[in-house]
Amino acid sequence: MAFGPYLLLATLEGLVTAAVLSLMALGLSLVFGVMRVVNVAHGEFYMLGAVLAWWFSTMLGGHPAVGFLLALVLSPLVVAAVAFVAERLVLSRLNYEPEATIVATIGLLYIIQQLALSFYGADARPVEAPFSYRIQLPWFGYSAYKLAVIAASALMMIGTWFVLTRTKIGLVMRATQYDRETAQAFGIPVGKVYAGVFALGAALAAFAAVLIVPIQQAHYLMGHDPLLLSFIVVIIGGLGSLRGTVVAAILIGLSDGIVSMFFSPTLAKMLATFLVAMVLVFRPQGLFGAAAR
Amino acid sequence: MISLLPRGKTLVLHIGIVLALLALNFILPEYHRGVFSRVLVLAVFAMGYNIAFGYTGLLSLGHAMFFAAGLYGAGLTIYHLDWGVWPAFAMGLAAGLALALLVGALALRTTGVAFMIVTLMFAQVFYLTTLYFTTYTRGEEGLVLRQQARVLAFPGGALDLSDPSTRYLVALTLFTLVLGAVLFLVRAPFGRSLVAIKENEERMRMLGYDVFANKLLSVALSGLVCAASGAAYAVLFGYVGSGFAAIQYSILPLLWVLLGGAATTLGPLIGTLLMFYVIDLASSHTTAHLLVVGLVLIGLILYFPKGIVGTIRERWAPWLP
Amino acid sequence: MAAVNPLLSTNALSRSFGGLKAVEKVDFSLPQGQTRAIIGPNGAGKTTFVSLVCGRVAPSSGTVVFDGSDISRMPAHRRVRAGIAYTFQITSIFANLTVFDNVALAVQRRLLGDRQHGLSSRLLLKHGLDALERVGLGDRAEALAGNLAYGHQRLLEVAMGLALKPRLLILDEPTQGLSDGEIESFIALVREIASEATVLLIEHNMDVVMALAERITVMEQGRILAEGTPDEIRANKAVQQAYLGGDA
Repeated sequence: MAFGPYLLLATLEGLVTAAVLSLMALGLSLVFGVMRVVNVAHGEFYMLGAVLAWWFSTMLGGHPAVGFLLALVLSPLVVAAVAFVAERLVLSRLNYEPEATIVATIGLLYIIQQLALSFYGADARPVEAPFSYRIQLPWFGYSAYKLAVIAASALMMIGTWFVLTRTKIGLVMRATQYDRETAQAFGIPVGKVYAGVFALGAALAAFAAVLIVPIQQAHYLMGHDPLLLSFIVVIIGGLGSLRGTVVAAILIGLSDGIVSMFFSPTLAKMLATFLVAMVLVFRPQGLFGAAAR
Repeated sequence: MISLLPRGKTLVLHIGIVLALLALNFILPEYHRGVFSRVLVLAVFAMGYNIAFGYTGLLSLGHAMFFAAGLYGAGLTIYHLDWGVWPAFAMGLAAGLALALLVGALALRTTGVAFMIVTLMFAQVFYLTTLYFTTYTRGEEGLVLRQQARVLAFPGGALDLSDPSTRYLVALTLFTLVLGAVLFLVRAPFGRSLVAIKENEERMRMLGYDVFANKLLSVALSGLVCAASGAAYAVLFGYVGSGFAAIQYSILPLLWVLLGGAATTLGPLIGTLLMFYVIDLASSHTTAHLLVVGLVLIGLILYFPKGIVGTIRERWAPWLP
Repeated sequence: MAAVNPLLSTNALSRSFGGLKAVEKVDFSLPQGQTRAIIGPNGAGKTTFVSLVCGRVAPSSGTVVFDGSDISRMPAHRRVRAGIAYTFQITSIFANLTVFDNVALAVQRRLLGDRQHGLSSRLLLKHGLDALERVGLGDRAEALAGNLAYGHQRLLEVAMGLALKPRLLILDEPTQGLSDGEIESFIALVREIASEATVLLIEHNMDVVMALAERITVMEQGRILAEGTPDEIRANKAVQQAYLGGDA
């Protein structure tokens, strides 16, 4: 294969990564933006979404699309419920103290991971794609499902953007983010908003996971790398900036896709992590974000 | 009266604990003596972490890199260069100190949540580095140091560090030295400055303190102690693997210190010891030791944020250092 | 007056936050040994001005000269070591440390820079307890600072400033929240301090100002409106309109 088509393939793969990553990073960024909580367990919500997707899709027989669609709807809902309960039981009682919530979400990470290991096991299991059509390009065939993932992610991002900027829910969330005390004084149930945001963030991660399981198998340790990558995306994109998150996700996704074709993945991860740490040290507001508040 | 050196109850308590640990060497059954040796070395790791987190209020999520720097500094020089234990140990300390100064100088430009993420990322880079140079480190599988290489030479003789009793006593010696140093530190002007920085940075600046320099010194000292623990681990237990550089080993000292009590001299030991036996007990009944770690973390932060020694100090014994 | 070099002077010192000019082109001069009060309505820029002097806030333009050298770019902690001490408007002690530890932090920092004596536990104890005695907190040395009554916390704040042995002591609204009796003894304390150090005082309570200040600087909207002896200020029409008129 010539270099051009090779690059096209890498770009497509990178876009798929970016699609999943931007959803996940958006969840992380929302939770941090509104609640000022760094959710270390975010990767485990993603993993939980994938594991549940396997479970739901194997529950029903028949056409794989039926099971997949069921998973696409139910899996984020269940994960959101888990996150909601965790927020009410643990985070709310910590008064959202940044350091305490980090410790608590680390605890949550271990608990979810162990539950997945105990009930789901250590195997990686595939979920069948809802359709298996391949688009034949002049140089290679490409899975139409992967393109659908990009489209679905874009739709979901637009939907979230719409909710955040054009509806009352979004207004309430922004008010809470802007000033918690004042929001409370105006009768906004801050506790419920926080729990809702935490659940929404987790649901976005789970949604991303359901999209990815037909491509990548579900495994109890699968949350680790995406967590790190979404941290990177959120930092580079600037916290709380939706546009920055998308741009950074595309940047990271593409470079991940392209770099790992030419370099050893370990070296690529090493350099990427180091560079992002340096960004955080020298430009804490991110590359695209406005000045930090 | 106000005193600047530990005395009275404090001194008696700490000497008593060291003597009790010494006596345990002759009482404990073989298995538990092994556990205690490990706990003593890892308690040094926890004490090092406590200097930064407990006293100075710097919540790092990357201290595994300092432990691992000591571990690899000592382990690689013994394995590949046939160095003796003394110079290898010194190499471990130097590696930890250098890394702590470098990482501190960069990471301390940030505060709070950003500091946690930056330290986490630097530690991740370190971990990936140990994997990348797998030719030398053998990555997760790790290196096993030969028994003949683990001999501590003295002018008058030599100690075989693989002997269980020797190993226990050497671990206890290191533990005692570090405990004494920490006890001295908390009474010393520098210790007082660290606690005050944790409480109110701006006020410290307006008392004429270079807050950044003091924090950097704290991270350096903390990294040095953690590296001492790592280097001791390599020579005492003869195994060097990248698992020790992974994120779990950054979380564990946080857990130990929180459980025992942050900013207490004895908390790290008690937290490490207890957590070891809790996991030990849990793994003999279930395989779900991660669950235990998770539940303990959440339980602690919710109901016991000051830890065991911290709570005792608050309720009954305000003199505890 | 003899043309001695002032201890502190500022030249066209300005600072703006966003579009707001908090301090604008202030030329200010304070001779050694004087006790000076800065008064003015809320938002006049008094706290911003002294923050520029002690380095908590960086100037947008202009210079600060202390004891003949330009300190405009010197970081705050080095200005403190050079002899400028600042006590906070909002009580800012270390609540979880003992009263002694609070002053000891100031003493040990000063002793570290003292080439002649250096830091020793004997000197630390001596100077720490001395500073506490001077403000009348000698018997509370081992109490937790957070457990002190509010008035005593303010005194501890001053003791920390004193323990630095500053050449210029800046007191930012020191009597705020104190009872009348406490204010009396506070005035006596500042008089005593003023015998060895230059004092710059921001104060709303005009009785305290009139009792202590040798000269008064009046600020309004980031600028100096007037400057003079207490009597001159009292007689100044512009000041009366802008400030005293509303209050007195």
